Amino acid sequence: MIVVDQVTKYYGSHPAVQDLDFRIEEGECVGFLGLNGAGKTTILRLLSCLLLPTSGRVTIRGLDAEEQPHEIRKLIGFLPDTPPVYTEMTVASYLRFAGKLRGMSGAEIKKRLPRVIDTCALRDVADQSIGTLSHGYRQRVGIAQAIVHRPALLILDEPIQGLDPVQIVEMREMIKSLRGQHTILLSTHILSEIEQTCDRILMLHRGRIAAQGSEEDLVSSHGDRSLIALEVRPGDVDVHRALNAVDEVTDIEPGDQDNGIVNLRVRARGDVREALARAVVESGAGLLRMERLSTGLEAIFVQLSKSETSDASAAVDAILGSKKSASSKGGPAKGSKVATEPAKSAEAAKPSEEAKPSGSSSDESSSSSETSEKVES
Amino acid sequence: MSNILLIMGRELGAYMRTPSGYLIAAFALLLNALQFNSVAVGDSPQYSAIVLETFLFNAAFITEATAVLFSMRMLAEERSNGVQTLLFTSPIREGEIVIGKFLSSLVFLSIVVLLSLYLPALIFVNGKVSIGHIAGGYGGMILLGAAILAVGMLASALSPHPFVSVLVAAFFVGILELSWFIARISDPPLQDVIAHLAPVWKHYTSFRQGLIQLSDIVFYLSMIYISLLAATRVLQSQRWR
Repeated sequence: MIVVDQVTKYYGSHPAVQDLDFRIEEGECVGFLGLNGAGKTTILRLLSCLLLPTSGRVTIRGLDAEEQPHEIRKLIGFLPDTPPVYTEMTVASYLRFAGKLRGMSGAEIKKRLPRVIDTCALRDVADQSIGTLSHGYRQRVGIAQAIVHRPALLILDEPIQGLDPVQIVEMREMIKSLRGQHTILLSTHILSEIEQTCDRILMLHRGRIAAQGSEEDLVSSHGDRSLIALEVRPGDVDVHRALNAVDEVTDIEPGDQDNGIVNLRVRARGDVREALARAVVESGAGLLRMERLSTGLEAIFVQLSKSETSDASAAVDAILGSKKSASSKGGPAKGSKVATEPAKSAEAAKPSEEAKPSGSSSDESSSSSETSEKVES
Repeated sequence: MSNILLIMGRELGAYMRTPSGYLIAAFALLLNALQFNSVAVGDSPQYSAIVLETFLFNAAFITEATAVLFSMRMLAEERSNGVQTLLFTSPIREGEIVIGKFLSSLVFLSIVVLLSLYLPALIFVNGKVSIGHIAGGYGGMILLGAAILAVGMLASALSPHPFVSVLVAAFFVGILELSWFIARISDPPLQDVIAHLAPVWKHYTSFRQGLIQLSDIVFYLSMIYISLLAATRVLQSQRWR
C-alpha cells in the first residue's frame, strides 16, 4: 500500500530523516519507535502529504505524494501530536464538519456519526464544546475525526502522549479495535505501547531505520538478550572466568570497584539470573545483589538512546554483542525477517543535536534501572 | 464550491461563538459613534453633506483598522494551535480554504460596518442628505474593507502567531497609506504611481462624496485578487519547508 523509496527530508541543513526505504502492506499495523527527534513525526507528515521529501519518492496505493496529494488525502485520516480541534465547536458539530471536509454527504455522516461516537466513547460529551473537555477526551475526538470517513490509512502521531494510565489502556483498546478496518501507522517513544498494538515495528534512530520486523522477529533474533547487573565480593576468586563459563553470557562489562565490591554488567541470551547466581556462589565469591535491567526490545532501545555512534546499525550491533555471539555462540536466528540497515558513510551520519546521547556510562545504570525488574529470591 | 461554503460556514460560526469577534465589533462601533459626535457633527453648524463626508472618511479608517484586527483569526491562529493540520490533510485545496475564510470575514465585517448605519441616519433629524451618498459611501467602505481583509489574509498566511499577523497586516496597510504622503514629496511621473497605492487617502475620496469611480473599484478588486493569490501560494509552499 505504501512504498517509501530512498526518502530524505532536510529542515534547512539538518537532515530529519535520511535514505528511508520501506513498504507497508494493506491492513498492517505498523509502529514507528524512536526517541524524540528520531524522525517519527517527519515520516508521518511525509506520508500524510503535509510535507514533501527533499529527495526520494513516497507512493500510496500507486499515487505519488508529490503530484497527487489531493487524491492521497482522500485515503488518509491523520491525528497529529496535538489533536486538531476547534475548541468553540461541540464534539458532534466538529465531527460533522470533519466528515464534510472529507467529502461525506449529510446522509452518510448521519449514519456514520453514532458509530464513531461509540467507538471513541464520546457519547457523554457529544454535545459539549471541545474547549471544556480534558486532554484525554480531546485525544479521542482527535481519533474520531481521523476515522469518521473510514480512511484506508490511519496515521496516529503519539496517540497516547499526555494521557493518564487509565486513558492509555482505553486508547490502546481503541486502537486495537480499529485494526483490520484500516492500515494503521502510529508513532511512539513508549515501547510497551508498540509491543502491544503493532504487527510490525520500525525502529528509528537519528532519521534512519535502525531495525525493523515484527516483535517476535526482533525478539528471536536479538531481543531475547538481557542485561543483568551484579554486585559481587570476589575475594580472591576470578569472577569473570566463572561468569564466562555460563554458556549464554555474551559480554561482561567491568564496572567500578569499591571496598572490595565489584559492580558488573552482564549481557546474556535469555534470563540467566539463576545460572549466574549459581556460578558466582560456586566459584566462592559473594553475591550481594543481582538485578535484571532490561529485556528484549527494551535493551536495544535503551542502548540506542545512549549510543555514542550515530550509525544505527553499528549501535544495534554494539548492543547485541554480535561479534562474540556470531563467532562463538551462533549469532542471530537464521531465516529471521529482521533487517538492519547497512552501515552508511560516516560523514553522512553526522551526529545531530536533537538526538544527543543522553550521557556517559556513569548515569547509565541509574536511568536503566528505571526499567528494571528485581530478582525475587 | 461546496468546500468554500463549508469553510465559510464554519468560520462564520466561530465568529459568532467566540468573544473576539464581538469585541472587535464593539470597538469599531464605539469609535464610529465617538467620531460622529465629536468630529463630524462638531460644535459649529455645518452642511449635512459635509457632516456625512467627514463621517465616512473617518469611518473608512476605522474599518481599515477593524479589518487589520480580523487578520489574526484567519490562518495564523490555526497555525499556532495546530488545527490547520485538519484542513491540510483533507482533500480540500489551499485556494478553497483562503476564499472560504476570506468570505466569512467579509460577511462579518460587512455586518459590523452596516451596524453603524444608524449614525448617518441621525443626520436626517436636523438635516438632509441623499440616500445615494450614504449608499455609495458604505459600498465603498465594504469594498475597502474587503481589500484590507485580503491583505490581512496574506499577513496571516505569513505569520506564525495571531499577534504577529496583526502587526504584519498593520505594517502592510501602513505602508500603503503612507504612500500618499510619500507621493507628495516625490517627482512626476513616480508621484502619480505612488499616490495610487493609498487605499483610503486616494481611493476612498470619491466614495466619501457618494461618487463611484471604476478606477477605485478596479484598485480594490486587484488588491483582493493579488493578496488572496499570494496567500494561497504561501500555504502551498508550506509543504516544501
